[in-house]
Amino acid sequence: MPNTNKSEENILEINNLQTTFFTEESEVKAVDGVSFTIPKGKTVGVVGESGSGKSITSLSILRLVDKPGKIVGGEIKFKGENLLDKSETEMRKIRGKEISMIFQEPMTSLNPTYTVGQQINEAFKIHEGLGKTSARKRSLEMLKLVGIPSPEKRIDQYPHELSGGMRQRVMIAIALACNPELLIADEPTTALDVTIQAQILELIKDLQQKLHMSVLLITHDLGVVAETCDYVAVMYCGKIVEFADVKSIFNNPQHPYTVGLLSSLPPHDRDIEGDLPVIPGAVPSPDELPVGCRFAPRCAHASDICNTLPNLVTNENGNQVRCWIYSDKWDGNPEVEVNAERTT
Amino acid sequence: MFTYVLRRILQTIPVLIGVTLLVFSLMHLIPGDPAQIMAGESAPKEQVENIRERLGLNDPYPVQYWNYISGVLQGDLGNSVRTGRDVTNEIGVRFWVTVELAFYSMILSIFLGLIAGIVSATRQYSFSDVTLMIVALFGLSMPNFWLGLMLIQWFAIGMDVPSWIPFIENTAWFKPSGWGSFEQIVLPVITLGTGGAAIIARMTRSSMLEVIDQDYIRTARAKGAKERVVVYRHALKNALIPVVTVVGLQFGALLGGTVLTETVFAINGMGKLVIDAIQARDFPIVQGTVLVAALLFVLVNLLVDITYRYLNKRIDLN
Repeated sequence: MPNTNKSEENILEINNLQTTFFTEESEVKAVDGVSFTIPKGKTVGVVGESGSGKSITSLSILRLVDKPGKIVGGEIKFKGENLLDKSETEMRKIRGKEISMIFQEPMTSLNPTYTVGQQINEAFKIHEGLGKTSARKRSLEMLKLVGIPSPEKRIDQYPHELSGGMRQRVMIAIALACNPELLIADEPTTALDVTIQAQILELIKDLQQKLHMSVLLITHDLGVVAETCDYVAVMYCGKIVEFADVKSIFNNPQHPYTVGLLSSLPPHDRDIEGDLPVIPGAVPSPDELPVGCRFAPRCAHASDICNTLPNLVTNENGNQVRCWIYSDKWDGNPEVEVNAERTT
Repeated sequence: MFTYVLRRILQTIPVLIGVTLLVFSLMHLIPGDPAQIMAGESAPKEQVENIRERLGLNDPYPVQYWNYISGVLQGDLGNSVRTGRDVTNEIGVRFWVTVELAFYSMILSIFLGLIAGIVSATRQYSFSDVTLMIVALFGLSMPNFWLGLMLIQWFAIGMDVPSWIPFIENTAWFKPSGWGSFEQIVLPVITLGTGGAAIIARMTRSSMLEVIDQDYIRTARAKGAKERVVVYRHALKNALIPVVTVVGLQFGALLGGTVLTETVFAINGMGKLVIDAIQARDFPIVQGTVLVAALLFVLVNLLVDITYRYLNKRIDLN
């Protein structure tokens, strides 16, 4: 059950998070009332297309959203305490120590003017006040932990001397240096070769077991979700449209958008005739969002009631879905079969 | 690193040969006869001819150049045609004055420029950013000889200070001319350093703004680093790379600026020497000064390249 509402079992609870970008012409609600929880020791995936607000959600947790973006509402409870009430100094003690983050672009996420060792040392210096020698010793251990061959040599090299996969391993070493309880991985494998992707995911999974971390995995790759996540939040236009355990998402998706995403994956067990199914249309521009259900203009089942925004409703399995089809008010085809195109 | 420095020093040799060739040709192409100037307007023709012969001005150009360059290699830059004094000595006594002026101005430029640039970039579009950049635009647009004259008027003579400014009656704090004491150094250094400070400030600002959006800055913040550490340790070191280039180029402009500044403040340096020499067609002095200035410029840019290497590990100098 994803929503147990017992704080001691959830490392992170996000309630009605709203992050807005203020420009001179408009206000863009990049994250618009997002709520979900991360149970202790589990991996929660957030999936969605580019611009769905998944990265901004993750940056909001560490309060690292750059201007003109601003968290305007909601709460982010980490171990029962609301991070949005913390001072900047308190947040700094949490960043890199209790909650760590790794990013999409290992090629640019490391500072080109410092050695790998110096960059890992920094985490130890900030949070544990270690001196040069002991920090270096710990950094070497971290490099070994993340599986970098000949760490004694690598520790004194600069980022440009390492491959993309190596750099992501270094990023993981930095993130895990102080034994965080929550790791946020924002598309950690998107920029890597397929073979390296698998290695990095394996490494994250492995370290999660070893270090008893919880992981928030941001991705647009459903394959990655299937391999690593316990729960999945599907985001569309700044809102969560479906939240469920990974089995339900893949075996019995509820929201037409989730169904659309899954249908557009090439099946591995049979051939398909013709083109892969696609979701018609495109993600609406964030300043011209539909009034009702955000997905309605692209939805094959859309009906009149879809012009009103549906709520995220918890069903009898404890999973959540934001769609009128599952409510009493549904005014469309009563026989609608959201999963029809997948099951046939 | 050592072989690199050595190679760069060897590379300066053709540059310096080029400089001597250029200056030598220019001095002989511009109108005006040094022999005539030495002898005086109304001197008889034979006397002028005598002087020409004595100075070797009747020799073919390649011979004149050869004589000159072989002298240079032995540390002999020739004798002034006007005073007959040894050029090496003439430059020698003024060299350090100009180097000091250029060096202090450079320090001022870098110091003010970096501070203003960092403040502007970290508070983009704020009141201080806009103010600093407007001031920088003024600094950039102001001809430095004019600034020098104004500074003399206000802070050396104490003239025209608006009467409504309270508590300040006499603003003649500094000396208008000469070189050596603190009161003499302040105004010329401000005069010469302002333009460079403005350029460095604008360059630092744009470079910082570019760097501050980079992914590795976000990584540093996500590590829990303090904002001060993020700005100075992570952003500035990367932002300095293009700034260092500008500093190197700026030094050339600064050497040119010493000519005007030394003239305005009556400082007896290389700049003033070269102005006087050009007016008198004293070509050995002009050649010597330009050669020394070129050498300085080349040396400073060598330093810049070495700093580069330190800042940017991706540059492989070998």
